[in-house]
Amino acid sequence: MDVKTGLFYLFSAVLLFAAFRVITARNPVYAALYLVLAFFQAAAVWLLLRAEFLAISLVLVYVGAVMVLFLFVVMMLDINIDSIRQGFWRHFPLAAAVGVFIALEMAAVLMGGFRVSEEPKAPAVLGQAAAQVSNTKELGKLLYTQYLYPLEIAAAILLVAMVAAIALTLRQRKDSKYVNPADQVRVKKRDRLQVVKLAPTRAAAEEAVSATVTVEKKA
Amino acid sequence: MTLTLGHFLSLGAMLFALAVIGIFLNRKNLIILLMAIELMLLSVNMNFVAFSHYLGDMHGQVFVFFILTVAAAESAIGLALLVLLFRNKSSINVDELNTLKG
Repeated sequence: MDVKTGLFYLFSAVLLFAAFRVITARNPVYAALYLVLAFFQAAAVWLLLRAEFLAISLVLVYVGAVMVLFLFVVMMLDINIDSIRQGFWRHFPLAAAVGVFIALEMAAVLMGGFRVSEEPKAPAVLGQAAAQVSNTKELGKLLYTQYLYPLEIAAAILLVAMVAAIALTLRQRKDSKYVNPADQVRVKKRDRLQVVKLAPTRAAAEEAVSATVTVEKKA
Repeated sequence: MTLTLGHFLSLGAMLFALAVIGIFLNRKNLIILLMAIELMLLSVNMNFVAFSHYLGDMHGQVFVFFILTVAAAESAIGLALLVLLFRNKSSINVDELNTLKG
């Protein structure tokens, strides 16, 4: 058993343990943190498979972005754990039966079909030794030539997802006061300043004088 | 004993089975359901990378790249819906989501 095999078993064991803890953890924060551990172990397994670019992007995209998003959401929600854990173990026999069934089924197919597998083939690059082939370079060549249009569709999907997520969660407060910068910039002098023409002096009003005269007469 | 394709495929199968068990167990908690879906996608990606390595074909890794993109978009929208749901119902229990039931 060489070093690579030992590393594979180590990473696999930690990965499966972390996945088990994700689905059984009591607190969702712990579940999210164990999922981070699972992604790290999966990235390590992918490094064994010489998929360096995808391993690093798994760590960056999942651990750096998606899991942080999960943690934020978990911390924003005030969840009553006890009510959510009700009947947790009641479903366990059915779940275990289905899980074991799926695992056995897949193992029967995979072990029968792929047990005697030949050594991994290096990517077919002419005139280069297998050790010198850069995974990232090969992936980039494929992505930017053959898969250029799918790449742009993927970018559009990400943009739409971002717009949808913001539009779903954006909530405008009714009682907040704010200034509209566009209105501020567009304002003219006559909107703010009104020049009123007034005579410097004004004669006293006739009615007021006569009213005071009548009051004096009554007294 | 060297590593064969079967090792990696078995690992992916076990991971997928664990995620399915998780979906059965956490039928009330929407957050853990989303995490189990992420685990399923991870196991599928594991299969793609393993095949790509052992068959010497880079196209599998390109496909994993696109799966990662779609999974990120999916989890972002799923979490936005989750937040919206919690705002309206003050609960993330899947059993209470029966407003559309006739």
